[in-house]
Amino acid sequence: MSGFTNLNSSAGYSQNSTPNGGAAPPYQNGPVQTYPSMYPPAGYYGAPPQQQGYSTIPGHAAPAPNKAPITNNAHSANYYHNNHQQQQQNHLPQHHVAPSPYSAPLSSAPPSQPYAALPSAAPPPTNAHYNQQPFQPHPPYATPGSYYGQQSYHPSPAQQHPSLVPVTASGPGAPLCPIVSYPSAPGSSQYGTLSSSQSTSTPVGIPTQMVGAPLHQYSAAPPPSTTAVQPGYGVGPPGQTAPTVVNGQGSTAHNAVHQRYTQSHQASLSYDSYSGVPQSSGGADTDQPPSGTPSTSVHSSPGHHQGVQYGYVANSGASSASATTSGPAAAAAAPSSSSSDDDDEEEDEDEEAGGDTSSSTTGSASPVPNSYDSLEGGSYPDSMPPSNDMTNQAPPYGSYGYPSMQSAYQQGPASHTDASPSHDLYGQSSYQQYSKPFPNLSQLSAALGGLSGVPELEVEALRPVNLLQERNLLPPRPLEPPEPNVSSDLKKVNCSPQTFRCTLTSIPQTQALLNKARLPLGLLLHPFRDLQQLPVITSNTIVRCRSCRTYINPFVTFLDQRRWKCNLCYRVNDVPDEFMYNPVTRSYGEPHKRPEVQNSTVEFIASSDYMLRPPQPAVYLFVLDVSHNAVEAGYLKYFCESLLENLTKLPGDMRTRVGFLTFDSTIHFYNLQEGLSQPQMLVVSDIDDVFIPSHDSLMVNLKESKELVKDLLTSLPEMFSQTRETHSALGPALQAAYKLMSPTGGRITVFQTQLPTLGAGALQSREDPNQRSSAKGVQHLGPATDFYKKLALDCSGQQIGVDLFLLSSQYADLASLACMSKYSAGSVFYYPSFHYIHNPAQLEKFQKDLERYLTRKIGFEAVMRIRCTKGLSIHTFHGNFFVRSTDLLSLANVNPDSAFAVQMSIEDSLADSSLACFQAALLYTSSRGKRRIRVHTLCLPVVNQLSDVYAGADVQAITCLLANMAIDRSVSSSLSDARDALVNAVVDLVSAYKSNVSNLQQSGLVVPASMRLFPLYILALLKQKALRTGTSTRLDERVFAMCEFKTQPLQQLMRMVHPDLYRLDNLSDQGALHLNDTVVPQPHLLHLSAERLSRDGAFLMDCGNVSFQDYLFMAHSAGLMFVSLCETQSHIPELETPLSERVRAFLDWLQDNRAFSYDASAKATLFQHLVEDQSEVASSYRDFLQHIQQQMSK
Amino acid sequence: MWRVLPSAVSTCYTGKSSHMSIIFQIIAFDELRTDFKNPIDQSNPTRARERILNIERICNLLRRLVVPEYSIHGLFCLMFMCAGEWVTLGLNIPLLFYHLWRFFHRPADGSEVMYDPVSVMNADILNYCQKESWCKLGFYLLSFFYYLYSMVYALVSF
Repeated sequence: MSGFTNLNSSAGYSQNSTPNGGAAPPYQNGPVQTYPSMYPPAGYYGAPPQQQGYSTIPGHAAPAPNKAPITNNAHSANYYHNNHQQQQQNHLPQHHVAPSPYSAPLSSAPPSQPYAALPSAAPPPTNAHYNQQPFQPHPPYATPGSYYGQQSYHPSPAQQHPSLVPVTASGPGAPLCPIVSYPSAPGSSQYGTLSSSQSTSTPVGIPTQMVGAPLHQYSAAPPPSTTAVQPGYGVGPPGQTAPTVVNGQGSTAHNAVHQRYTQSHQASLSYDSYSGVPQSSGGADTDQPPSGTPSTSVHSSPGHHQGVQYGYVANSGASSASATTSGPAAAAAAPSSSSSDDDDEEEDEDEEAGGDTSSSTTGSASPVPNSYDSLEGGSYPDSMPPSNDMTNQAPPYGSYGYPSMQSAYQQGPASHTDASPSHDLYGQSSYQQYSKPFPNLSQLSAALGGLSGVPELEVEALRPVNLLQERNLLPPRPLEPPEPNVSSDLKKVNCSPQTFRCTLTSIPQTQALLNKARLPLGLLLHPFRDLQQLPVITSNTIVRCRSCRTYINPFVTFLDQRRWKCNLCYRVNDVPDEFMYNPVTRSYGEPHKRPEVQNSTVEFIASSDYMLRPPQPAVYLFVLDVSHNAVEAGYLKYFCESLLENLTKLPGDMRTRVGFLTFDSTIHFYNLQEGLSQPQMLVVSDIDDVFIPSHDSLMVNLKESKELVKDLLTSLPEMFSQTRETHSALGPALQAAYKLMSPTGGRITVFQTQLPTLGAGALQSREDPNQRSSAKGVQHLGPATDFYKKLALDCSGQQIGVDLFLLSSQYADLASLACMSKYSAGSVFYYPSFHYIHNPAQLEKFQKDLERYLTRKIGFEAVMRIRCTKGLSIHTFHGNFFVRSTDLLSLANVNPDSAFAVQMSIEDSLADSSLACFQAALLYTSSRGKRRIRVHTLCLPVVNQLSDVYAGADVQAITCLLANMAIDRSVSSSLSDARDALVNAVVDLVSAYKSNVSNLQQSGLVVPASMRLFPLYILALLKQKALRTGTSTRLDERVFAMCEFKTQPLQQLMRMVHPDLYRLDNLSDQGALHLNDTVVPQPHLLHLSAERLSRDGAFLMDCGNVSFQDYLFMAHSAGLMFVSLCETQSHIPELETPLSERVRAFLDWLQDNRAFSYDASAKATLFQHLVEDQSEVASSYRDFLQHIQQQMSK
Repeated sequence: MWRVLPSAVSTCYTGKSSHMSIIFQIIAFDELRTDFKNPIDQSNPTRARERILNIERICNLLRRLVVPEYSIHGLFCLMFMCAGEWVTLGLNIPLLFYHLWRFFHRPADGSEVMYDPVSVMNADILNYCQKESWCKLGFYLLSFFYYLYSMVYALVSF
């Protein structure tokens, strides 16, 4: 870094303290002076003067490099000022309002909530989101709002955060990026809600927000745009207003800051400037023409900027246009108006972008506003003149109502925290502290060296635990993933463990060491997870290593300003010119401040280099079984209802196409061509040689043929109610579907209720019910025919994903059928004994899953590549995909609920590096037809001591990886082999630890504390449906459980394997989480053993899983308010007692983190989940340990 | 004279078919492994189809060669046995057993013998197959010269 700073200083940047400078423009520099004039008071509202002022700023920067930093500062300062002024002057009332909402506790940030969640869920997610913000180490780019707005705030927050919240980096769910990712398909709707909420908030703080809101290309709907703005922007003001929100620190800091601020501002005349004539700001621009429009302003800017459009979109929603405008345009060469237009279009396409209006249009409409928008980077809605703003905002406010308000408030706090740090910084001018965000390699290694003295955590992780003696192994709270033992700077930016997790958070230096440890090395990935915040970057060139094509990431080393060293292959690359410019700070020469280098999870909007054909539209084909069996089960009606409900929420854009195909012994197509009065059914009875009766009218544009689709969905259930056809020609139907879809690619959703009996792909029943519980090996775990596999490969080649819903009461050979999803990256859902009357639990689950399924985000024609540091190599993948190359997975569809696992080996010694990095890059086409690349980077230390390896072992990840390996083994070899292998894994670990690490000659089973739950988890694994023997398990259910193991994300899996058991009747507020205005009690985890249950208690078991029961209650005896609950009740009565409220708060909190909802429960399943107890055939935990010990002594 | 026959035949066969088959295998695996052309291009949807077809095609070819290769080798062993070439037979027995194991101990998924297109690209499988074919190439090459020598020796001593 020192080198860096020096360079900068030489360049004349010195004042800014280059390192940070980008992020936090130092207020200290007296930027104010220059700018004050620039800012007109009216500014926020997009008053013309302000806009001009902004534009001018860039101009200033451009001419004189030295000044540039100042200008940046000024900008930030200005923003601040605006905010302050607003608050202070205009919005006192607002403040009052805001504070209350803010009260929500920041600290308890729930893990990422699924965006896609049902609409109802929307409010909570937003909350969560906000809450999380405080955690985030790097608020930076964050606020959904534009880059711009954040710029000023962001840097400081990030830096300060550490002090405020030391743990932030590792924070459980906290997404690093402040920016809101685009919501999943359903999310879009949510997004809207968010924005709305924001907007609501805006009205209150209007003026400030307006000013600050940089980005906002959302604009299409005026209200949304405002909302968009607010997030980034609004943050500041609300935060200030609501001291309560953050820890006391934050609030106090704020106040102090404010004062300072105000003082400084006034001193600097900033106020004056504000109050001053807006035009003056315009005048201030030396270079730029008075006209506020961005386009005009452009050229004055430094040459390098002109060509480049950096779109940093804070929100995914934020359009590139906004980015461009905010960054380059404002600062330097404003992109031409045309460019802005393009951006706008993109924006519109963007899922998030609710705004329709393009910045360009706005510009034309009102010059002033335009300039404002462009400058801000947010495209403000057309009618942005101040007066208009008020009006505009008002409507949204009303329409959205209070709920939105709340969310907005919540946001406030988060923003508040961020803002506060910045304030502090400013006031203090403690720049230097921050100045070294990204240490050089040498620094890193030094930092690591500093850690060599074993930290406390490690000591704890290494404490030998004698399993035979310690009976309480469970931590009081659900297990947190271990933190990689890297320097705090790296911790802050490291990838969230929910997205990217390694079984060993300390990578052994050599394969020999790894072998010695007897632990598997692998990664668990959840790459397309719904993220609350995600920095989205639009830029002409995506910076990648020239030899290994790694995307630039926070863990690269900048040798100097012009060169960076790849952290995977160690090649030295040039920093492209464009990259030198940092749109966040609008400064030049700070490549390490770019969002790509500040966030380990980023998303790029890919340029046309990444596509050979235009991105495909969202295309959905539904293949429905309408045989007699299906009609009996009665799923069709519920499917149609659900689809009708969610028709508008299907992820997609104007080009979205849908089609339907039904089959029994024949195949029925539906002509939905626009213009028909009603849907036409075309029957093809030649199933041996399927042909498509009509090519262009079967897959129709959803928007154009919506009425016909609705007609069809309404009439479909009736159409087949009298059918007597019992055969099922699934194979031919799939072939037809393939033909139908192959020109475009897309998603095929198959509903099947029985064994396919006709045509290609017909199957025979292979299950012998009498053998279900036999211990002598389970047969038929593999497919009976390769028809489905071949079909899946064909589909994969045409970018078609096949998802299977199997609703059968009898054996349907899932082992064969699942192949169609397995190799085309689809997902499998299975509802054993589904019947709409007799099995309401399954029905409810089906409905919920379906809703989530239809509305969740989706990515098309995706590929995922996983790269790792030289010396490591990936050798086996687990999950649903097609392996196209040794490090490339082909995913026809990618959905937010699927996860992947990877096994690795160490080929070369890693001795020459202290860090090992992994990068997963997912290239996909969004449902809006945009090519995007989501990049996750994980950085882990390399160690050469066995004890360090054990200290960093992640027992949950290891369990999941082993489960995946065991599934593979049971299919390729046999179930008993797989079970033996699992037991051996425990034996190996214990004996390896005994012989290598622990010096104590203790008898008994000694394991490091980090792995103390390992035997328990393995035992639990052995009792899972997928791997158990002895108990009667239907083949389909077993196979389905295996599929689940392969595709579920870790958190889900662990809950499935080892559910969390809580006692509910003695909940107290002790140690409770404070979320928003609710208090979430945190009961202790209990061991899964019947001895922990008692007759007079109420217990909750959280098996959080799609396929199994999720909540189980036991309540006996009187004295509890929910005594009336019987064991099979899944709904809790809402009583007004404190205990009831606590329970519900806790349940809501649990549920917030799930994609799929839960269903009812049964007593039998509860006992089945008590994995520590003995069952008829499986041993108890004690016995298992004894068994292990025997094995060891052999 | 009859002693020369097996050597002669096996020389020819080892020289031609087995070598060809193994060399093809090596080339095939190499082709499977090297998919890098333009990395950007590789991520391209339109390339996917081509690539998957390619993998399937290669796997099909590989699979088609499995039975001929194994059966020819089995035939040699049979001939060596008939001819009483115990030493030679002893040298080939391990490979024979390996072939038998490989053929019958395949994945439970019965429809594919080996070289399953969906799993062959996993690096460990690919590595294994590649190593296997290099080893076999070495073995066949050595045995080719050994057979040649045996044949000449038999002819001379005859």
